[in-house]
Amino acid sequence: MMDVLNVAHVTKHYKDFSLNDVSFTLPAGMILGMIGENGAGKTTTIKAILDLIAVDAGDIQIFGRDHHSDVKDIRQQIGVVMDGVNQNPFLFCKDVDAMLKRIYKNWSSEKFFAYLDRFELPKDKRIKELSKGMNVKLNFAAALASAPRLLILDEATSGLDPVMRDEILSVLQEFVMDEQNAVLMSTHITSDLDKIADYIMFIHKGRILFVRSKEELDNSYGILHCKKSFFDALDPSDYDAYIKEPFSYKVLLNHKFETMEHFRDLDVEKASIEDIMLFYVKGEHV
Amino acid sequence: MEIILSSNSQKPIYEQITSQIKGMIMRGELKSGDPMPSMRGLAKDLHISVITAQHAYEDLQRDGFITTVAGKGTFVAARNKDFIREEQLRIAQEKLYEAARIGRENHIELDRLVGILTMFYEEDE
Repeated sequence: MMDVLNVAHVTKHYKDFSLNDVSFTLPAGMILGMIGENGAGKTTTIKAILDLIAVDAGDIQIFGRDHHSDVKDIRQQIGVVMDGVNQNPFLFCKDVDAMLKRIYKNWSSEKFFAYLDRFELPKDKRIKELSKGMNVKLNFAAALASAPRLLILDEATSGLDPVMRDEILSVLQEFVMDEQNAVLMSTHITSDLDKIADYIMFIHKGRILFVRSKEELDNSYGILHCKKSFFDALDPSDYDAYIKEPFSYKVLLNHKFETMEHFRDLDVEKASIEDIMLFYVKGEHV
Repeated sequence: MEIILSSNSQKPIYEQITSQIKGMIMRGELKSGDPMPSMRGLAKDLHISVITAQHAYEDLQRDGFITTVAGKGTFVAARNKDFIREEQLRIAQEKLYEAARIGRENHIELDRLVGILTMFYEEDE
């Protein structure tokens, strides 16, 4: 199965910020979640992929083709959802169909209206009358109705309440069921990634700290709360980071099953993606 | 088919899945030829990554419990006495390992443990 997206050693320099040597692969049928602090380089990476900015070095392949040379054709197969209002505020929801079907070769009006129904969006309201959440759902309906192979989401679910987000997450999982499509999603709502991501990419100050499968993260990382005496007994290779709290040590174990096997009766908690991120950024490292 | 997962367990998720499915097959709750959910369907319904579901199915296939027929799907494998025995042995071995560990750590003589095991075997006769 071909990779949908292949980013190799991409570098982009701005006056106050640089994206450095960013490399990763998004296989077909997978959902890759991008995490990182504000300003880490997530949106810059997305802009580079969409050819909205030129890169200073590196190579980007989409559907096995160079992202720059086949732009028009490739863009037909990419659906993009960003935070905010993407459509003309004065249009009626249903007019979005008439407009976009002229732009996208593979547009399906049937799918679009089906999503409007599923998301309970009013066809006869103007876009400016829609709530923020409804706008986001409309963006998704439009992105999906163009039958893309790659969905790129940049903070797309930030304005949604948990119930709506759950619905969107289901939609994303359905989208990759056929094993041909893929999703690249950048989000602060890491709990969404805990639910559906297959891979997690952590961008920090313009560099990739890691790209790992969720399966591997789940099977490696765990959180242990312990006293100093126990912490001192641990080998530094047992953990990636620790945080000294007022009444205890909090440790990010990095091969938890072996450590639990060795020490017995350890109470080790699951490390969520948010936990991992906080440990990396705010924790002490070996 | 019911599968319950725990994120605080000592066992990785894929192992929890394989144990439970193997258990159902060995108890006859799942019979040879019964269709298994697709890997992706399983992942979606259990709210896990596809890669985890894949890991579980690969192990089940490797250990002879399920089989995939190209174009048709995944099914519970034909009841193979050898594979089932292997699995039962493996589970017994896990339990014996625990007993041995407790024995060693607490300086219990091996003979005593062997005696207890023998007694358990003869109990129901």
